[in-house]
Amino acid sequence: MPTNAPTAAPALTDVTASDAALRRFLHGLPGVDAVGLEARAATLGTRSIKTTAKAYAIDLAISMVDLTTLEGADTPGKVRALGAKAVRPDPTDRTAPATAAVCVYPDMVAVAKEAVAGSAVKVASVATAFPAGRAALDVKLADVRDAVAAGADEVDMVIDRGAFLAGRYLKVYDEIVAVRETCGTAARLKVIFETGELSTYDNIRRASWLGMLAGADFIKTSTGKVAVNATPANTLLMLEAVRDFRAQTGVQVGVKPAGGIRTSKDAIKFLVLVNETAGEDWLDNHWFRFGASSLLNDLLMQRQKLATGRYSGPDYVTVD
Amino acid sequence: MASAFTSAFEYAPAPESRSVVDIAPSYGLFIDGEFTEAADGRVFKTVSPSTEEVLSEIAQAGEADVDRAVKAARRAFGAWSALPGAERAKYLFRIARIIQERSRELAVLETLDNGKPIRETRDADLPLVAAHFFYYAGWADKLDHAGFGSSPKPLGVAGQVIPWNFPLLMLAWKIAPALATGNTVVLKPAETTPLSALFFADVCRQAGLPRGVVNILPGYGDTGAALVAHPDVNKVAFTGSTAVGKAIAKTVAGTRKKLTLELGGKGANIVFDDAPIDQAVEGIVNGIFFNQGQVCCAGSRLLVQESIQEELLESLKRRLSTLRLGDPLDKNTDIGAINSEEQLTRITSLVEQGEAEGAERWSPACELPNAGYWFAPTLFTNVTQAHTVARDEIFGPVLSVLTFRTPDEAVAKANNTPYGLSAGVWTEKGSRILAVANKLRAGVVWSNTFNKFDPTSPFGGYKESGFGREGGRHGLEAYLDV
Repeated sequence: MPTNAPTAAPALTDVTASDAALRRFLHGLPGVDAVGLEARAATLGTRSIKTTAKAYAIDLAISMVDLTTLEGADTPGKVRALGAKAVRPDPTDRTAPATAAVCVYPDMVAVAKEAVAGSAVKVASVATAFPAGRAALDVKLADVRDAVAAGADEVDMVIDRGAFLAGRYLKVYDEIVAVRETCGTAARLKVIFETGELSTYDNIRRASWLGMLAGADFIKTSTGKVAVNATPANTLLMLEAVRDFRAQTGVQVGVKPAGGIRTSKDAIKFLVLVNETAGEDWLDNHWFRFGASSLLNDLLMQRQKLATGRYSGPDYVTVD
Repeated sequence: MASAFTSAFEYAPAPESRSVVDIAPSYGLFIDGEFTEAADGRVFKTVSPSTEEVLSEIAQAGEADVDRAVKAARRAFGAWSALPGAERAKYLFRIARIIQERSRELAVLETLDNGKPIRETRDADLPLVAAHFFYYAGWADKLDHAGFGSSPKPLGVAGQVIPWNFPLLMLAWKIAPALATGNTVVLKPAETTPLSALFFADVCRQAGLPRGVVNILPGYGDTGAALVAHPDVNKVAFTGSTAVGKAIAKTVAGTRKKLTLELGGKGANIVFDDAPIDQAVEGIVNGIFFNQGQVCCAGSRLLVQESIQEELLESLKRRLSTLRLGDPLDKNTDIGAINSEEQLTRITSLVEQGEAEGAERWSPACELPNAGYWFAPTLFTNVTQAHTVARDEIFGPVLSVLTFRTPDEAVAKANNTPYGLSAGVWTEKGSRILAVANKLRAGVVWSNTFNKFDPTSPFGGYKESGFGREGGRHGLEAYLDV
């Protein structure tokens, strides 16, 4: 069983000694050519995944879903339904694997925990003043403490994009370190960059390294609350970052694209990106997740079609 | 946990259907709008390089056939060149549209006959073929405004000889500008890849192109030599090896024939230490492993700044390990078969020479199919300018890696070659791209990309890579009396 990452990669401790050192390091990372990156992502999107490979990919994708509800209108009943679905996604076919986790707001963690009790499904919680992250650090840490105390196995934190875009990298770093410490050994930490707001690929690569240096267990694209969320290109870029980070430090970090991945076809394209970029070590729900809510039903419908040869339609999967 | 999943993510084979293309057991020459036997009845076979299966038997044009074809083209020239440009454009647009409609069929055919992956014929070759016809169709009625004086005149009969690496694309590069400018054409495709040119003959008939405007003469080198030497040919265009190009130049010297040559290359791909590394790795792969390296503008010499050599090579080797070699009709295949046994022998012998001269050879773990002609992607490190693998064009999936310390050294090494067709520059610094590109003696310099083609962009060489330009407005000049 892989263990949670140490708080800082030993080979790179110096680079976080000061704001200037951190900036020099992050700006010294290789640049990203947007045209080339997007072309590569598009090429990998043309891989043809059929028959046994498709069946395998669909089950793998289901097992990687963080089944998510992040609405102001969430109720305990809705969270319980979500938990039941995560444990047994397809009531008509018990061979369908469980999802990786359910992802809820901190006040719903206890309810979710109960709903998935006895299963391997984890409970993840978005803390740190999600989704804007615009709160004082002690407020964010209190949010995290609440979630962990309620039993969250995973904490999804958002970074302070304002500080990042202003070049105050050490502030962002320190916050992640603080959240990581608050999670302790109880919870794995996913760090959300909100890539749509970071706006350049260079920024996304810098944010990825910043998050990993600060001890993130996962780096995650986005909250799902802005216009541009996970894309093949930004996920490819983050996969390159975790691959390079492991090569340099020996520490493996997971990747979670979130928001906007709705179809099996899209999910399979992301798995191809994982397979051909970071490699098969990441093809496992300990290291790769999909942050999605509507994706699961499409995966289940495709799974039913592969099993029966017929496409039955949305009434043959549960609505939540 | 994912312990339920034990097997790795293996893609199942996804072969493109062969049934979309109907290959006849034999084909004739295409002269004056008709398929016909060769005068002396000679035939040759064309095989699929990935399986060695015989695909079809092809009539082999001799001198008498060349004469018949040139006469047909001469007869057709009068009416064709007299057509208003807009009328010629209609035919070209029609051809372009038919190519688009039949692109799946043509892509499969090209993959069968050439051995290159369907991913490339489908996603690169065929779209570019159609684009070239569309582009030059657009020029046909605007020749007065192309910068060659008012109402420039066509040359007459164009004798064109094309290679086997991009059979249909090279045909398009040659035929589209020739027809747009009002010339008529006799084209000889390569002996290992005649099929797509013969299918193109059918496209011409489907488009209602007047008889004799396009003639296709499959054959070997002697057919090409007869075509080049024919006294009634006004223009010779050749793409192929430098050795053959030199022979053609000698033949044509002293005649009034106009000549363009697109010959070999030994392109330098220069990676500076501030390059976007991941995209540079993709560009290196695309530069040398696209079409199994059988590309005259391939980036076959990697010049990497010494400070990042180790890091870059490690990334490159990891990337090469993910290349998928095998059945070219499989949509997931990245590396297909070498075009012919002869070419495979040439690659093998040059690679052995590289090893004998002390360069370090590396290939990813890679299983080669039993039948057909295959060569694993190969890297040479510890290469110097003095090594054969840094000087000779290998025309295969073989990359020679050299290093440099300063921009001046990079430029000096890049230019230190008898060739000058292509080069690449990788750096995040815009000013450096411009400074270096200006100093490189190469017809095409790509920056932060490689092997990108577009009909609007002229293509051609310096030094032993030939002369003349194809593509773009410049490509018209080769077919006009200017």
